Amino acid sequence: MITAPIANMTGKIETQTLEVSIGPQHPSTHGVFRMDVVLDGEIVRALKPVIGYLHRNHEQLAEKMAWLHSMPYTDRLDYFNSMTNNWAYALAVEKLAGIKVPERAEYIRVIMAELSRLQNHASAIGFLLQDCGAWGTPLLYAFREREKILDFFETVSGSRMMCNYLRFGGVRVDLDEPMLAMAREIVAKFPKFLDEFEKLMTTNEVVLARCQRVGILPKELAIAGSISGPVARASGVEYDLRKVDQYGVYGRFEFGVPVGPVGDVYDRYYIRVLEMREALKILQQALRDIPAGPAQAPEVKLRGFKIPAGDGYGRVEGPKGELGFYLVSDGGPKPYRYHVRPPSFINITVLEDMCLGHKVADAIIILGSIDIVLGEVDR
Amino acid sequence: MIPAIEQLCEAVRAAVPDAVLEIIPSTPAAAQPALLVDGAHVVAVAKYLRDDPSCRLDFCSCVTGVDYLAKGSIEVVYHLYSVALKHGPVVLKVRAPRDLDQCRVPSLTPVWRGCEFQEREAFDLYGVKFDGHPDLRRILMWDGFQDFPMRKDYVPPADYEWEPTPHDEVLKRAKAGGGIMPPSAAVEVKK
Repeated sequence: MITAPIANMTGKIETQTLEVSIGPQHPSTHGVFRMDVVLDGEIVRALKPVIGYLHRNHEQLAEKMAWLHSMPYTDRLDYFNSMTNNWAYALAVEKLAGIKVPERAEYIRVIMAELSRLQNHASAIGFLLQDCGAWGTPLLYAFREREKILDFFETVSGSRMMCNYLRFGGVRVDLDEPMLAMAREIVAKFPKFLDEFEKLMTTNEVVLARCQRVGILPKELAIAGSISGPVARASGVEYDLRKVDQYGVYGRFEFGVPVGPVGDVYDRYYIRVLEMREALKILQQALRDIPAGPAQAPEVKLRGFKIPAGDGYGRVEGPKGELGFYLVSDGGPKPYRYHVRPPSFINITVLEDMCLGHKVADAIIILGSIDIVLGEVDR
Repeated sequence: MIPAIEQLCEAVRAAVPDAVLEIIPSTPAAAQPALLVDGAHVVAVAKYLRDDPSCRLDFCSCVTGVDYLAKGSIEVVYHLYSVALKHGPVVLKVRAPRDLDQCRVPSLTPVWRGCEFQEREAFDLYGVKFDGHPDLRRILMWDGFQDFPMRKDYVPPADYEWEPTPHDEVLKRAKAGGGIMPPSAAVEVKK
């Protein structure tokens, strides 16, 4: 007999708020990440990210070893993009020490970074669609392409993901002609995958329904919140360090910087597709123009490497956003201070603002659209 | 283009007359000299740098602490860029004494929202208290942790499993030069 509640029902159902802890062992949190969520029915009323489960004090480790010795540790930050992590660290050290990098090495770095971007964005949108409920298919299509790029990394550096490839003033191994041919083949075949992927996903009704007008990040908040990378550009912030800083030889290539009109989950999906197309343009030009010459500056010592006392900050446009290293040298063989500016960590600053008022299922895809890696968030 | 650091220093001095400013050089190659501001005026200086039409440093890229043990101070470093005018960096530094009670600086989170998690991290690892921060809690270390592990004089506990924080015995052992590991860490269960 439940007469009383029904009789009292005048159109409005009272709900109670519920505190839910999503994660750290949850398949959609992309690692050991926890969100403490306050729900009103299905609606998110508050959300606090809880991190640190993978914290290993990377920075302190690096301060206890020589400058070069932390290069392989940078691979473990964002383990999808060890090449760009290496580059960010090498760039910061080169900036402090005033090392000039040979031209061929700069081109090789660009090739490696853009291939990293391709495989990162492909898997990022694969994971995002998996979070939307497209179980398996898009992610495995993306991983199939990623596999070819990882094979190339393995051929060049000896490792698929933990490449440890860059050195101060150059790269560890020069690319020979068969390796370049392998890279050219990857670049030639990649557009076919993109076209097929887009045909399946970009105008897919379910993707549109789930992603459009969800988790909007306004442009002003993106700038004030130090958001960088594809997440910021999806919100209309035209800021790409490859254009702004023109580090390496990026000033020589013709490519566009796509920006999103709305800043919702769909824009963050589509901006990555467009960035892959731009990365392919850069790769074609770099593979065409790569000059002959040394791939490592000979004057840079591997042993007993020291930097004059002082500090400096170097940053690159990683696939997830601005990856920077702030280094302080006291003139000794080890860094006095070694700080990583991880894009994933700072991009979740505004996660709560994006999720408020949306359903809990949307919070999952909003997190997926930021594309975080916990190795980098927790360090 | 961003004005040279000397001109910027003069402009800041004109806008915030009471601020105590100093220019700190970086390595010659990096050429990123920093502006050291006293804690009492850093918020006003930060607001000026953000709002002034020739600076418009709207993007606070990187916030971190540095422990200068020999100088007895902890430095908080802000790297500022401008998305609107596409220039930077301007490096802003604030110093606080290492002493835990006095180690406080004003928070810049009200000026740049992006400082929120990064200042929490500096608090967590260095023990810098940011006055005016909306939510100053530990972020990377766990809540029960007591010390600040990135400080240069930090002594790690013998075994995190049994001694979650470095208590007196560990510190005593370390001071006596007996190493940080006890003879049998596994059996030394705290009651």
